[in-house]
Parts: sequence; structure tokens; C-alpha cells
Amino acid sequence: MLKLNNINKYYNTGTVNEICLFEDFNLSIEEGEFVSVVGSNGSGKTSMLNIICGSIPVDSGTIYIGKENITHMPEFRRLRRIGRVYQNPAMGTCPHMTILENMALADNKGKPFNLRRGTDKKRVDSYRESLKTLGLGLEDKLHVKVGVLSGGQRQAMALLMSAMTPIEFLILDEHTAALDPKTAEVIMELTDQIVKSKHLTTIMVTHNLRYAVDYGSRLLMMHQGQAVMDKAGREKTAVKIEDLLERFNAISVECGN
Amino acid sequence: MTVIMGILEEGLIYAVMALGVYITYKILDFPDLSVDSTFPLGAALTASAILAGVSPALTLILSFLAGALAGCVTGFIHVKLKVRDLLSGIIVMTGLYSLNLRIAGGRANVPIFTQETIFENPFLAEHVPAPLSPYVIVLILFLITLACKVLLDLYLNTRSGYLLRAVGDNEALVTSLAKDKGMVKIIGLALANGFTALAGSVYCQHKGFFEISVGTGTMVIGLASVIMGIQLLTPETGTSPFSSVFKKELRPTTAVIAGSVLYKACISAAISLGLEANDLKLITSILFLIILVVSTERRKKVKTHA
Repeated sequence: MLKLNNINKYYNTGTVNEICLFEDFNLSIEEGEFVSVVGSNGSGKTSMLNIICGSIPVDSGTIYIGKENITHMPEFRRLRRIGRVYQNPAMGTCPHMTILENMALADNKGKPFNLRRGTDKKRVDSYRESLKTLGLGLEDKLHVKVGVLSGGQRQAMALLMSAMTPIEFLILDEHTAALDPKTAEVIMELTDQIVKSKHLTTIMVTHNLRYAVDYGSRLLMMHQGQAVMDKAGREKTAVKIEDLLERFNAISVECGN
Repeated sequence: MTVIMGILEEGLIYAVMALGVYITYKILDFPDLSVDSTFPLGAALTASAILAGVSPALTLILSFLAGALAGCVTGFIHVKLKVRDLLSGIIVMTGLYSLNLRIAGGRANVPIFTQETIFENPFLAEHVPAPLSPYVIVLILFLITLACKVLLDLYLNTRSGYLLRAVGDNEALVTSLAKDKGMVKIIGLALANGFTALAGSVYCQHKGFFEISVGTGTMVIGLASVIMGIQLLTPETGTSPFSSVFKKELRPTTAVIAGSVLYKACISAAISLGLEANDLKLITSILFLIILVVSTERRKKVKTHA
């Protein structure tokens, strides 16, 4: 479904600070997989997501979705079939627009943004229904500006909005990291629900090892631009947090920390 | 009375331009200096077109289109050639200065006193009863401004308008919606400069001449009107004088128009206090400074009280 072939990515090329992030990196993700990605800071997790989405260019290598080569496709075109939720809850919504307007924006993804009415009155009830599934009472605040909502409420909306229209991929970039433990739990449950009900191929970067173990069908540990652990299926189910910690420690010792 | 009418006339002419600045400054968050040259662009085009026998009403539309084209150029320079926002505006502003002179036939001053305009034509002379005639100009200006405001309000509630508001609010979301944020910015700049050139056209027909320097300081006037209107009449938190009386929030576009009239009233007050017309630009900049300082002061208060 998604294939990264021989990806090379350097930062600060040609300077003394040149850093090699990916050297001959390969990854293949099958349709319907829910991949959790863990790894220390600077291991290339978020860069990998950015490369998939097209936020940063690669130096060489190719990226395929199905049979289509998307290596040189601009970011906004790729996101047509990808939904992305960021770590920062403010990234997924428009603070100065109302909840209703935000929902309408998300609902229009993939349709032409022409001179038709921004909010389709007939859709309001269905927006209210889907907001109700969040259990945050947002369905009664349709005309409230999103900027006054809490981070957790905004992130829940961002998640809902990202998967509102038919997409093939869901990209989650530490989307629970800025939330308090309880809210993070709620958002994670919601994520699992959405992924299962819409059968989305998902990549989730997280620092929460328990989420990585509990959720998803495949687990990836990144280190220095390589996948040092890659477990799927029954192997993944057997992985425990202790195993991950042990591996982390081993890597730290290798690096001399 | 004449003073009040004068303030209303000036305020309403500049209100159309202020609506344009509202789009760039408030919605797009783009400091667009090209308005300093698209205002005279509208004026130059109108003067030449009217002298060439084009219908005065048609010049309004022509000016809007010319301004929109200039806005597209600013947008193109910023989005596609990746020049900083402020500099893109300055490049267009500087280049258009020469172009405006060319459009005006190489002259820095083109009088059209003897020509028909939207304010002075046989139709009005025939149909407007004598007692109304002193108010005709304000009435026409009011209708033009109202039309612009209503059209802008309608546009901002379309899908395309939603996207315009989103791009100033959160660019990343527009990309997430699989839309090119650069294109949205170009549309916004085109609209803004269209409104500005339209205001320039109205200005030229109202004053009866084109003058190359009319554009200097347009952006400051527009910004002052926008900030004054928005800050005084539609504060983010708390109550404005308007909302406490009418129990309803004012639309930002209405606030901008009110801000423009208010601003012209302040200038007029300053002149009546004994300052000369030569001091106008100085008054403008000092007044603008006061508005900026006061509005940030208010914001601070709101924050500490929250």
C-alpha cells in the first residue's frame, strides 16, 4: 500500500553540521495496518511522517502509494487521501471560526471550494451526531469559536475532522503528547474507534510505550534513521513494555549515554 | 452640517478601501503595501476611461478588475517567487507608480471636473428632487459601500470564503484539506486590491481629478480604520459599546466601515483644532500610533483580567 524505497535524507547538506538522518531507509506498510512507531528524540519518527506527507523533500529515493509514485507530488495533493493529526492541538482546527464552520470546512475536503454556501444546512444534524460521539458536549456549542475550547476538546475535533471525508491513511504525530493523562486516554480510545470503524491504514508516532503496545497491529522502533525493531501480528501481541524499555536502554548504552 | 457630511463622504470612500485592508490584515494576516498603489491605479484608470468616454459606472468595475490583477501580481511574487510579504507589496507599489503615470497619459494630475461622473450626471439631475440634492453624494457613497460590504459578507460565508478565513487562521489546516494555501492567499490579495482600486475610482470621481500622490499612506489609513473599528466595536472579550446597547455582536465588516468614518472624524477634529492640511500625514501617523498603543493596552488589560 505505502512503500518507502531507498530513502536518503540529510540535513544541513554541505556544512559542518551535516547530519545524515536516513540512509537507504526502506519501509513497506500494508493496507489496513495500524503501525505504532516509538523511538528516542531525533531518531527520525516525525521526519518519516513528514517525508510521507511531503512536508519535507527527500534527497533521493522513491515513495509509492499503491502503484503511484508520489515522491514529487506537492504536500497538499498528497493530503487529499491522507488525514493528519499533529501534536499541537491548535494545528488541526481554526481558532477564529466556530465549531460548525470547522466541521463544514472538514466536510468539504475533496470537494471544490467554490461559491456555494460554506455550511450546508442539511448536514448540520450529521455534524451534531458525530460531535455527540465525542461525549464532550460540543454538539450543543456549534456556534462557539474553537479558540475558546481546551486542548483536549480541540484535539478530539481535529481527529474527527481529519477522518471525516473518505481517506486512505491516517497519520498521527504524537497526537496525545500535549494532553493530560485522562484526556489522552479518551483521545486514544476515540482514535482506535475511528481507525477500526473506517478501516484506515494508520501510522501513529507516540512516546507512550503503553499505547504503542496496547494499540495497533504492528510496532516499529526507530533509531538513527533505521527501524531497529519491527514486529507485526502475533509477535506484536507478545511485546511487553519491559521489552521496549530494555531495547531503549541497550541503544542508550551503545550511544554512550 | 457640512462638516458632518464631509466626514461621512470621506469616511465612506475610504471604507471600501478599508474593507480591502480588512481582508489582508485581519483575515490573511498579510501586511499588504500594494494598496498604496492600487488606490491611485483605480483613480488613474477612472480618469483616463471617463475622458475616453467610458460610462462612469463601468469604470468602477474596470477599476476593481485592474486592482484585482495587481493583487494577483503581489500574491504571485509572494507565493510563487517566495519573496517576503512586505517586500512583495513594496515591489508592486513601486512598479505601479510608473504604470499609473502611464495610464494617466504621462501626467501626474488629470482633471475631470467637466465630465459626467457617478455623482454628477443628467440622470441624477433629472430624477433627484431639489431638497434631496445636498445628500445625494452621501447616499450614493452609502449604497456603494453597503453593496461592497454585503457582497464581502456573502463571500466570506461561501466555501471559498471559509477557506480564505482558514488560511489566515491556520495554514496547516488548509493544506490538510488538500488545498493549495498559496492560491487562497492570491485570491484574498486580489479581492483586497480590487476593493482598494474601486475606492480609488470613487475617490477620483468624487474629487473630480486624478493625482499621482493620492495613494501615499493608503495602507496606514486602512489599517487605522480596521484596527479602530474592530478594537472599539467588536472586542474579542468583554462588551463593546455596541453590544451592550443592542445585545448583539457587530459584524466585523460593519465595524470596519464605522472605523473608517470615525477615523476621518478624528482627522477632521485635529484640523479644526488649528492644524494645517500640510500637517495631515503627520496627524495620520500620530493618530495611527495612538490607535495601535491604545489597542494593545486594551488587550493587555483583558489578559490580566482573564
